[in-house]
Formats: sequence, structure tokens, C-alpha cells
Amino acid sequence: MTEVFQAGLPFGLFPGGGLKIRFDKLGIVIAIIAASGLVFSTFAVLKPNRILQGQAKTILEALPAWAGYGLLILLIAAIAAALFRTSPWIKLIAAAASLTALALAIGYAAGFLTPAGNTYARVSPASGFWILIFAFALLAADALTRLQPPPWMRVLFLCITAIGIAALLFSGSWNGLSIMKEYAGRADVFWTEAGKHVTLALGSLFAAALVGLPLGILCHRVSSLRAGVLNTLNLVQTIPSIALFGILIGPLAWVALNVPGAAALGIRGIGMAPAFVALFLYSLLPIVANTVVGLAGVPREANDAARGIGMTDRQRLFQVEFPLALPVILTAIRIVLVQNIGMATIAALIGGGGFGVFVFQGIGQTAMDLVLLGAVPTVALAFAAAVVLDALIEMNSRVPNGVSAA
Amino acid sequence: MIEIDAITKRYDDNTVVDNVSMVIEPRTVTVIVGTSGSGKTTLLRMINRLVEPTSGVIKLDGEDNRAIPGHELRRRIGYAIQGHGLFPHRTVAQNIATVPTLLGWEKSRIDAKVDELLTLFQLDPKTFGPRYPHELSGGQQQRVGVARALAAEPNVLLMDEPYGALDPIIRAKAQEDLLAIQKHFGTTIVLVTHDMNEAFHLADKIAVMDKGRVLQYGPPEELVRAPETPFVETLIGDTERPFRLLAIAKAGAAAEPGEAEGEPIREDKTQQEALADLLWTGRSALPVVSASGAPMGRVTLDALLKRATRPSGSAR
Repeated sequence: MTEVFQAGLPFGLFPGGGLKIRFDKLGIVIAIIAASGLVFSTFAVLKPNRILQGQAKTILEALPAWAGYGLLILLIAAIAAALFRTSPWIKLIAAAASLTALALAIGYAAGFLTPAGNTYARVSPASGFWILIFAFALLAADALTRLQPPPWMRVLFLCITAIGIAALLFSGSWNGLSIMKEYAGRADVFWTEAGKHVTLALGSLFAAALVGLPLGILCHRVSSLRAGVLNTLNLVQTIPSIALFGILIGPLAWVALNVPGAAALGIRGIGMAPAFVALFLYSLLPIVANTVVGLAGVPREANDAARGIGMTDRQRLFQVEFPLALPVILTAIRIVLVQNIGMATIAALIGGGGFGVFVFQGIGQTAMDLVLLGAVPTVALAFAAAVVLDALIEMNSRVPNGVSAA
Repeated sequence: MIEIDAITKRYDDNTVVDNVSMVIEPRTVTVIVGTSGSGKTTLLRMINRLVEPTSGVIKLDGEDNRAIPGHELRRRIGYAIQGHGLFPHRTVAQNIATVPTLLGWEKSRIDAKVDELLTLFQLDPKTFGPRYPHELSGGQQQRVGVARALAAEPNVLLMDEPYGALDPIIRAKAQEDLLAIQKHFGTTIVLVTHDMNEAFHLADKIAVMDKGRVLQYGPPEELVRAPETPFVETLIGDTERPFRLLAIAKAGAAAEPGEAEGEPIREDKTQQEALADLLWTGRSALPVVSASGAPMGRVTLDALLKRATRPSGSAR
């Protein structure tokens, strides 16, 4: 905030009149987004029940006066911090404070708006809330990028955020919100589906890595195989997911009927098996392609020297080629994991379970809060996976690839 | 001793190395020179079986190099290449320790060896051991590359244009270091280069290759005095011939009894350096001293000029 402060100083203190307020370019965009969320949009919606349309409320309507004005002042100060060129730490603190305040306020608004004794009425965040969350998340992300924190610190920030959200959930301050009421009615099912979702996403990734890494190594060693394998996997990638589920129903149903023990393993035409197979197939291309690219990027001299000083092919693979290709391979794992977490929602369409169950139930019942119950954890999971894997990649690419003699 | 017997390498119809036979004496430096595409690198890589010959036999100390698996053979033979080939994800110490680790040495022995080699190459083990290759200068990287090649105390060291990527000053220093280290360990060195100055500076024997064949193989002096083909003559250079003769002989060898004025020259300097000194200072003779400074007579301009003259019996 030093520039703002300087702007208040009299002229003449700075020879040459070099007295300017310097705006932050991205900050202007963030400020415009936040201001539109603050001024032109509503903060919360009060609905008579979980399906009907409701009444939109502004911040001042949704909160008692002290809280409403307090929140407004805090948000305006944070917008100012975004707008001017200041230390990234100030921006980060402003963003964190705003996000925390918004999270607390929406929970408080739920209790404030719900008429006493009415168990049907629902309070949900409205567009303004989401716009503000988006704007300040962007501010936080920008500040974090500028701070260039080491990988472990980014994971630490993620953990702090997760602990903060967990604390809000356990404290019950969000219990008045419609999405939490949807959860309360299905707590058991929620965790079962969460388990299925993670199993689908991680399990298919694991299987794809188990098959894709050796396949990528094989493609690297046997160049005649490369084009064929990559083109086939490219073709699979172009099949729309729902179509792929459909294509798999036939063969898997046949397997379940005719291969002994397959049905006992849970293989059926619908359910988790086709979803798992589809996610596995989609995961193969990034993993195989990046393994090939990563291995091809290993410096020729390092490979030649490795052979020349007496490494066997296997030693060369595990001690030289693989460690040097690891950052590129991890990038593929990151792409696949985030992609799978998102795509696993569609598995619900063919009875595969996962958070998609709530999304499609919610759409069926036009209960948007139930859709959110499926969508928000999916997004959070994908985001967390991306942050953790990015940190892993950076820790592994500490040594630059392809260093050659001057 | 390395005995190369009728070695040929063909890729389809293309003969890269054509029926080469030569014997490399132990504890010597042999330099293979030739233009690019002459087959010199392929010949070198057949010694440690990075390339398998189409026909012919290579024996190391009397033993066929196909008697043991290729990777085991290569662990016994040092190998250093242009652009050093250090592993970018491993520290300097780990890079040097590679072969001893593959051979299963004990950790204390490996650590001692790494320290010894770094010290020998004038790199402080504490400072440089934990660094990564990209944190070193080109010359330092090259030294670590050679240190890694020598870590398992091989009898034979193969070098493929090891100094091709270095600037002239660092290259000269690296060549001096190599000669000192060759004396220290008594290693048999086979080095491939296209730089004739490097060849004359380092070699006990030079093999000139062209189109897969060895045209001439002998001491540097022989190549100057009696080039066997026009190609060898061209490679040595018309205007360079007299100076190459002086460059491969020591000042001490031209010393004669007598006195001379002015700054002395050490006997282990080359006669080329003595001539340059004489011409530059306008003297006709200069004193020669031993490494310890004891007078050894003098070297005269006339004597040097005679030594640089075409020997009788030479082809042209």
C-alpha cells in the first residue's frame, strides 16, 4: 500500500515530481470482476424449498447491518489492494482475508435469512458470492505466482486451506446452507460415492501407469512401434466418453458371461467396470506419449557415456534415462489425474458411482444444490491433485534437462 | 597392449572401417586422426564394443574382447567423450563414483577414490563434489568427465574428441593435465581427434585414417619425415612440416656444449619453443638448463635450423 500512501504526500517531497499511483494490470481486471460481484449481483438466495425459485438478496439484505457493512468495507479494502502495485504478501493476505470472510458470511447469512422454525426454506450462495470467490481466488493465485514459493510451501498453503475448510465444516457454521442440508440427508451415500470416485480416478491412473510406462519405454526403444501405438491411442482419445461407455457395455457384458470369475470380480456391462476401462484408455495416451517424449529428451551424450562406462540397458534405463525423463512423465500423471477426477463424474451415467451421482440426481430433480454437492468436491479434489503434483514435478526438475558443453 | 587384427565394420553396403590392423603398446598415447567420416570414432568404439565389428578380432592384453559381456568389458575400459556426457541429475561426486558403484566397491573406497581424482584434477573435493555438472565451467566439466573415466583405475582409456568443445587456452591446459595423469597412472590412452596440433602434442604414435583405412601408423616424427601418402602429407601441412619436427623434440636433445648469454630455456621445452625464443630475442644461441636449473650447455640457431631441414632420404 506504499504507493497509495505516497499519493497522499504533498508535491515537492519527491524531486522531479515522479509521484504516480501505479496500477496493477491484472489487479484492474480483478477489481472490475470483484466490483461487479459486489454491486451488480446478489449474495444469497432464499428459496421456499429446495426446488422452487427463490428471492435474491444483496450483502446488506442477507446479513445483519454490522456484518454487512463490515464485509463491504473489508472487500473494498481488498479490491484496493488488488488494484495498486503493492507487495504480493499484502495481496495474498487481502485475498485470504476476503475469502475467509466470504466463507463465514455465507454461513452466517444462511442462519440469518432462514425464518425460525421453517425446515423447508433453503439458502444458497447467489451469483455475486461465486463471482467474489472467483475474483479473490484469482488474486490469491496471482500473489502466489509472484511470490514464487518453493514447492513445499505451496503444498503447505494447500494444507492450510484444506484445514480451514475442514474447520468450517466441522464447526457447523455452514450447516444452514442448502448444500449442507443436501449432504446431511445423504452423509453415508456421500462418502461411499466419494470412495468410488477416488477409486475410479486413482485406480485407472495406477493401471494406466502400470501399462503405459512400459509401453512408452517400448515405443522409445522400438521406433517402428511408435507411430502405430500413438495413433491408436490418439484415436481412442477422440471417442466421446459417453460413446466409449456405450461401446464397452457389449464386450464387458460378454466377458462377464463367458469368462469364469469375471463376474465375481465385479465386471459387468454397466457399473464401475466400463467406467474404469474407459478412464484407463483415456489415460494411456498422455502417459505413453510423455514417456516417449521424456526419454527422447535425455541428452545423447549422457546416454552414450552411460553405455560407454559399462551400464547395462536396464541400469541405463533406471539410473539415467528414467530419472531425466521423470519431470515430463510426472506432467502426464498430473494431466491424467486431473482429467480422471473430472471425467469420473460421467461414470454415474452407467451406474459407476462417484460424485456424478449427485450431479445427475440434482439435474433430474432440478435441485441445483444437489448438483453442487457433486461438483464442488470434484473441483476441490482436482485442484488439490494439481497443486500436489505440480510441486512434485518441480522438486524433480531441480536439475535442468539437456545441459551440454559450452 | 591392444591388438587390432583385420577389423572391418560395414553398415549395409557402406564400409566404415576397412580391414584395419594395428598394435597399440601399453602405457603409450596413441592418437587416431582423420577427417570426419574417416571411421576413426567407429574404430575407437569397437575397442570397447560400443560397436560390434563385422569381422576381425581385437585383443586386450592377449584376451579377445568378446570373451566377456560388453558391459563388463566397458567397466574395465575408461571412456571419455566430447561434451563430457556427465549425468545432469547426479552430482560431480556421484558422477565420478558411477563405475566403482557398478563394480560394487565399498563406500569408503569409492569416497577415497573420488577425493583422490578430484584433487588430482585440481578440483577441491569439498567444493566441487556436491555440485551438479551444470554449475561447472566447460573445462571443469571436461575434467570431471575424464576423472569419471579413470575412477575404476582402468588400464586403457578411450577418448573421443575429448577437447573438441573447449576454447584453446583451456584445451592446452587440459592436454598438459592429461599427459601428467597418463604418466601418473601409466594408462594406455587411445584418443580420436581431427586436430593435428593436438595429435602432435599428445601422441607417442599417430594413426592417420581416411575412408575407413589406416594410411600410416607411426611416431609423429616418422609422419613428418616420411609421409606414406599425399593425404598424410596434406594433413600435416606443407608450411607446418619444419615446425612440427621441432615441436616433437625436446630442447635438451639439441643441446651442445658451450656458453650462451641471456635467459635460459629448460631442457623439457620443445625445440619449437627454443626457436621462437631465439628469433624473438634476436640471439643466435641460448643456454639450456635442467628442470632443477643445472646448466646443460646451449642450443644454437644453426643447430635448430639443421634439425628442421628435410631429412635426406625423405620422399619429397
